[in-house]
Amino acid sequence: MLKYLIKRLLATIPVFFGITVISFFIINLTPGSPTDLQTELNPRITPEIVEKLRKHYDLDKPVYVRYIKWVKNIALLDFGNSLSPDGRKVIDKIKERLPVTLLISLLSMIIMLIFSIPLGIYISVNKGKLRERIITFLSFFFYSMPSFWLAVILIIIFGIYLRVLPISGLKSINYAYLSTFDKIIDIAKHLILPLIVATTGSIAYLSRYVSSNLDEVLKQEYILLARIKGLPEKVILRKHALKNALIPVITILGLSVPGLIGGSVIFETIFSIPGMGQLFFQSAMSRDYPVIMALLVLTSILTLVGNILADIGYALSDPRIRYGD
Amino acid sequence: MLINDLASERWLKMFESTYSKIIFKKISQKKTAKYSIYFILALILISFLYPIFSKTGYDEINLDKVLLPPSAEHWFGTDALGRDVFTRVIYGGRVSLMVGFVSEGIAILIGVILGSLSGYFGGKIDSLIMRLTDVMLCIPTFFLIISATAYVEPSIWNIMIIIGLTGWMSIARLVRGEFLSLREREFVMYEKAIGNKNFIIMFKHILPNALNPVIVSASFGIAGAILTETALSFLGLGVQPPVPSWGNILTSGKDILEIAWWISLFPGLFILLSVLCYNLIGEGLKDALNPRQYD
Repeated sequence: MLKYLIKRLLATIPVFFGITVISFFIINLTPGSPTDLQTELNPRITPEIVEKLRKHYDLDKPVYVRYIKWVKNIALLDFGNSLSPDGRKVIDKIKERLPVTLLISLLSMIIMLIFSIPLGIYISVNKGKLRERIITFLSFFFYSMPSFWLAVILIIIFGIYLRVLPISGLKSINYAYLSTFDKIIDIAKHLILPLIVATTGSIAYLSRYVSSNLDEVLKQEYILLARIKGLPEKVILRKHALKNALIPVITILGLSVPGLIGGSVIFETIFSIPGMGQLFFQSAMSRDYPVIMALLVLTSILTLVGNILADIGYALSDPRIRYGD
Repeated sequence: MLINDLASERWLKMFESTYSKIIFKKISQKKTAKYSIYFILALILISFLYPIFSKTGYDEINLDKVLLPPSAEHWFGTDALGRDVFTRVIYGGRVSLMVGFVSEGIAILIGVILGSLSGYFGGKIDSLIMRLTDVMLCIPTFFLIISATAYVEPSIWNIMIIIGLTGWMSIARLVRGEFLSLREREFVMYEKAIGNKNFIIMFKHILPNALNPVIVSASFGIAGAILTETALSFLGLGVQPPVPSWGNILTSGKDILEIAWWISLFPGLFILLSVLCYNLIGEGLKDALNPRQYD
């Protein structure tokens, strides 16, 4: 196990460097200068000032020199200062956004598991019956729906017609005056709609994945043996089939991290939630390139960590890997 | 040379006679997949033929007929500039379907080439390509797409290229997996023994046998690409108005949903239905092409 762990961790080093290379060069090799936004529409800008600005941001040096300097800095978690008017440190800007996105991603994963596993089992057990077909069709239906369309529909139903749920932000205006318990309730209320939007598609996908896994496992010989032994179907399902069918779900959960974070752009923009997705979109629009690069690197590292955790979880639950080479 | 030609001809013949037959037989047994194919074909036909017969253009502004609800004259109503929503949705279908096809085409091209190289040669080439794949899989795709679209001009072609460039990883992995097992097979050894070039063996002899998972994933990929374009349009980074795409018509109606629901509803339905059909086709193909179900 320890050997496996070390091997797994060593394998992430080249991937980490690859991430920094792509994050850096996608921003620095595309046309347009990051200083354009500060200079283009400003009538008082002279060529000398442009030159000074370029020097200030090291843009007069070759790309690879800037890359090496940047990597050295990010090793110390120094992502530089934002180019936006507030000019704050990038790391501070991200720090206040990170907990929000992490909270939503973790909650999304938990919700995905809670709903998709029973649904997947239900689909598998009722194969061929009308109710299975309806659920299968519905899962395809929700999987095919543009997430922001779903968001708009939910906002209209719950926010405008029924007026039962808040539709924007994370906290109510009177948040500061609430008791601790009410504070939690307040945030939870604000999170309901975004979480529905964030998880609906994934639940549809994951439940289909669970059911197709379960179908495969139920065809195995040891299940046949259990049936010949005369074990009741429920025991076969719970004790023998489910364990093996659910192990691969851990991997899929790890792989879902980039999708969740990428999708956060959409629902954080719609529901005005101050998370990393919203920050990323704002920074991309204002070409705030230190923030863009920092977010690309940090979210990729989050994914990397998610994948490592998934692999460790997989290894822990599968003795063939745990005791293997 | 003669033996070589005969052999490859035999392989090709087997490929033609059984492969496509199996697909068609299996897929026509699956009702949902069959009707999904009909629907997509109908959609393609309508969106490319309708503009030939219709008199109205997609950007014909008529300020006397602003925000009219659906009627016999305007089937899907009119938008804030008095443009016919039905015409715009049909034209938008052209764009959205093309975005799906072309960007997935680019993704397949890159994925197949990298996956083949990786699986066939193995060793250093393999680990280099697979690390690149790992890296691309780690970076949230949608972030990557947004950062690229924020810097280049958001024309249809740029969007298709960007979506394609960020969607090849799963295909590369699938093709590599197939190549890894196929390259050990006897027919490959035979081709090597008679001195065929690697390039020919890879793309003429191994690739046709490795296409099953690619076809399945292409169908799901087209669905994903259409949804990605929709999401980009929502953020204002997709296909730019006045050229209509389902995504940008849908977005243009979202703020006036309460007074003019038809502007968002119809393009939304078309997105939903076509993405649903591509997903159902993919599911049908998955069953049809699963080797364990041939017998």
